[in-house]
Amino acid sequence: MSELSEHLRALPLRILPPQLLAARGRLLGGRGSGYLIERHARAYRHAWLILVSGFFEPLFYLLSIGIGIGVLVGKVTGPGGHLVGFTSFVAPALLATSSMNGAVFDSTLNVFFRLKYAKLYDAALATPMRSGDVALGEIGWALIRGGLYAVAFMVVMLAMGLVHSAWAVFAIPTALLIGFAFAGAGMAATTFIRSWLDFEFVTLATLPMFLFSTTFYPLSVYPRPIQYVVDCTPLYQGIALLRGLTLGYVGPGLLWHVLYLAIMGMAGLAIAGRRISRLLLR
Amino acid sequence: MPDADILIAARGLTKRFGDFTAVDGIDFELRRGEAFGFLGPNGAGKSSTMRMIGCVSPPSGGELSILGLNPVLDGPAIRARLGVCPQDDTLDVELTVRENLLIYGRYFGLPRRVIAERTARLLDFVQLTERADDQVDPLSGGMKRRLTIARSLINEPEILILDEPTTGLDPQARHVVWDRLFRLKQQGVTLILTTHYMDEAEQLCDRLVVMDRGKIAAEGSPRQLIEAYSTPEVLELRFHVSDHEQAAEKVANAPSERMEVLADRILLYVIDGDAALAAVRALGLEPLTSLVRRSTLEDVFLRLTGRRLEDG
Amino acid sequence: MTAPAAPAGVPAGRPADAPAGSKAPASSEASPAVAGRWAMAMRAFQFWLVNYRRTWRGTMYTSVLSPVLYLGAMGLGLGSLVDKHHSASLGGVSYLAFLAPGLLAAAGMQTAMNESTYPVLASVKWLKTYQAAAATPLRPADLFRGHVLFTTMRLFMNSLIFLVIMAAFGAVRSAWVVAAVPVVVLTGLAFAAPIDAYAVTREKDQGFAVLFRFGMIPMFLFSGTFFPITQLPAWIRPLAYITPLWHGVALCRELSLGTAGLWSSLGHLGYLAAITLIGLAAGVRTYQRRLYV
Repeated sequence: MSELSEHLRALPLRILPPQLLAARGRLLGGRGSGYLIERHARAYRHAWLILVSGFFEPLFYLLSIGIGIGVLVGKVTGPGGHLVGFTSFVAPALLATSSMNGAVFDSTLNVFFRLKYAKLYDAALATPMRSGDVALGEIGWALIRGGLYAVAFMVVMLAMGLVHSAWAVFAIPTALLIGFAFAGAGMAATTFIRSWLDFEFVTLATLPMFLFSTTFYPLSVYPRPIQYVVDCTPLYQGIALLRGLTLGYVGPGLLWHVLYLAIMGMAGLAIAGRRISRLLLR
Repeated sequence: MPDADILIAARGLTKRFGDFTAVDGIDFELRRGEAFGFLGPNGAGKSSTMRMIGCVSPPSGGELSILGLNPVLDGPAIRARLGVCPQDDTLDVELTVRENLLIYGRYFGLPRRVIAERTARLLDFVQLTERADDQVDPLSGGMKRRLTIARSLINEPEILILDEPTTGLDPQARHVVWDRLFRLKQQGVTLILTTHYMDEAEQLCDRLVVMDRGKIAAEGSPRQLIEAYSTPEVLELRFHVSDHEQAAEKVANAPSERMEVLADRILLYVIDGDAALAAVRALGLEPLTSLVRRSTLEDVFLRLTGRRLEDG
Repeated sequence: MTAPAAPAGVPAGRPADAPAGSKAPASSEASPAVAGRWAMAMRAFQFWLVNYRRTWRGTMYTSVLSPVLYLGAMGLGLGSLVDKHHSASLGGVSYLAFLAPGLLAAAGMQTAMNESTYPVLASVKWLKTYQAAAATPLRPADLFRGHVLFTTMRLFMNSLIFLVIMAAFGAVRSAWVVAAVPVVVLTGLAFAAPIDAYAVTREKDQGFAVLFRFGMIPMFLFSGTFFPITQLPAWIRPLAYITPLWHGVALCRELSLGTAGLWSSLGHLGYLAAITLIGLAAGVRTYQRRLYV
């Protein structure tokens, strides 16, 4: 992360008077993004109910499936061809989806609102903060928030007996990785957004992924060609990873999913880092 | 070796947005301790100039040096030493008054302890101590502007940039803001401000440039500008609407340095207003109202551009 | 409620600063600026309509794709698993046929909540278009009814689109399903009217996030859309029965499956109508209080 932040700030060192260099070090020691995170943490003190409510959404889904749909479905074929309870099958997918939705929401709608209406970045950029600090801060906040939800969700999964393997300790870093991938992509997408109407396209990407990336039933339900398509979606990578970890089917194959998500996040960040100045510094 | 007292130097400074040239090759210098103004109507290029000085808008051409640094390369280092009070309040409505100063100070990398100490002082200075823990949104326009000014001072800036500091405020709130800015000026803070109010420019600026359509039309102190581009007194005459044009033709025969016929008034630029009024009456004209006043920057602007400041 | 008398061009309900000699007409009939209750609401409705002309294309994605995606993923995909399991609680119909009318009603709730939250707050707080309109002869109540009319139109359009898609999926068992369209409109209004009334009183949008997460989502998930509420624990079932969505879902399902009975249908309709009427009465008051300060 710190290497990336250096890259994003992209300012070559120059020969400067020593007191100025000191000022630069003191002011901009890569902490600019931290100050934005501090701002968000403070703002949410006044809106803590919203912060808390974000956790309940996946929880309601989980309960609805546990009490209702799970009873209608019974058992399904999980990874490795073993039968698992429907709720155990869907729970990791809900965690992946909630990580995706949270990261996308934070990095698109929230960022756009702060950019165009709250003028939050106009204020920040009148200070030594850089556009790169803003981008990193937003992604960092999205990850912190997503991380909190992931921890809470895992606690509920444990309590409901939906965790079947010790590998599940890796579920939280994985949820963060999913958040990173989607926050990077979302931030990049935001630099292309012109008006609120464009957000329809964001939903157009996330809703089908939520419904079709093996959230509710195994890949085998689909005909072959569609299986390949689903196999390529980013959310599927996250779901496959979390499902493998919580159900205890872990193999080297999972590393491909990790690689996919890591590249997606970095690529998004690189595009956003390149374009965000154009957005903020007219 | 540049003069150490020159804080900002611009030469041929230009800003283009596509085909539109907002700032068209302007030259100016800002010296330490002075209050320097850009006077001009809306759309003259003042805000674009301020944004370039604030290092959030890269110049399209020319040279700009701020505190001896290049704004394109050293934006953050320059901004660390500037205070910016933008035209539209960019206050954080999700935070309280105090938190606005805290977070803004954090953006400068200041320790919380230092910010807390300065916040107490600054809120006192802008008379907002009692509202410290209130949300920002319900504050009046004048209070918000004062809070923005306090916020721009949190880093104890070497230059304070004010873009239209009292636009949109009621007369009473304007005077409170002027009073605070005047105190800052007396404390030796270097001010650079834009305005389209000539009274604001006269009250606050030691030196100013008149800007019109992206170019600088004249430069000097308010007094110098008035002396150079206007007469000591102005006679304002108002006739009945139906007689307006006819009267204007006749008034032209009265002796004056210059005459301006506006939509609703006729202005005569003269040395002695009362004498001029007597001369007008001697021509057999009886205006509905007449007013003798001293020349203002408004007259300077009218002379330089042929338009009034409010016309834009 | 009749409009207060006012000369043409002078806002109703305000002291008329009329030129000397002119007298205010005795009745509103004399002035074309002031008309009957619903005629005035139609003017406010037209404002939304003009706006909608710019944005309708974007909303079509949601109106058409959501039903297709949900029916495909849940009805067909998940349905294949449910049908294999042969659960008795569905009463012998396929999961697709069970789910589709539930989703139809839930989509109505969603449309209504989207229309009655942020657009209302934007009109009164961010864009202040309501304040602009309140300076004309339109009264707050007209603005409220105008927006309710617009929401009604959106509900009607969306449910019609949904119904066509549902039929294309083969999820319909009875021609009575046509009657589900007005039922969805009424279900939506049971949300839109009271939420409209609430939204206009707000200063911030924070309450909406709570409304969506603690109101809409739980209703969507637990009011019988995805599974019969008999599967809920007995102590929580009464909570589901009082939600307007359950009444909408139950009636739409009975119509779609052709099992609707007269008295139970009237019961559902009466409940939804009662909430709508309460919401309409409340909205007139809250709009008035917010716009005439």
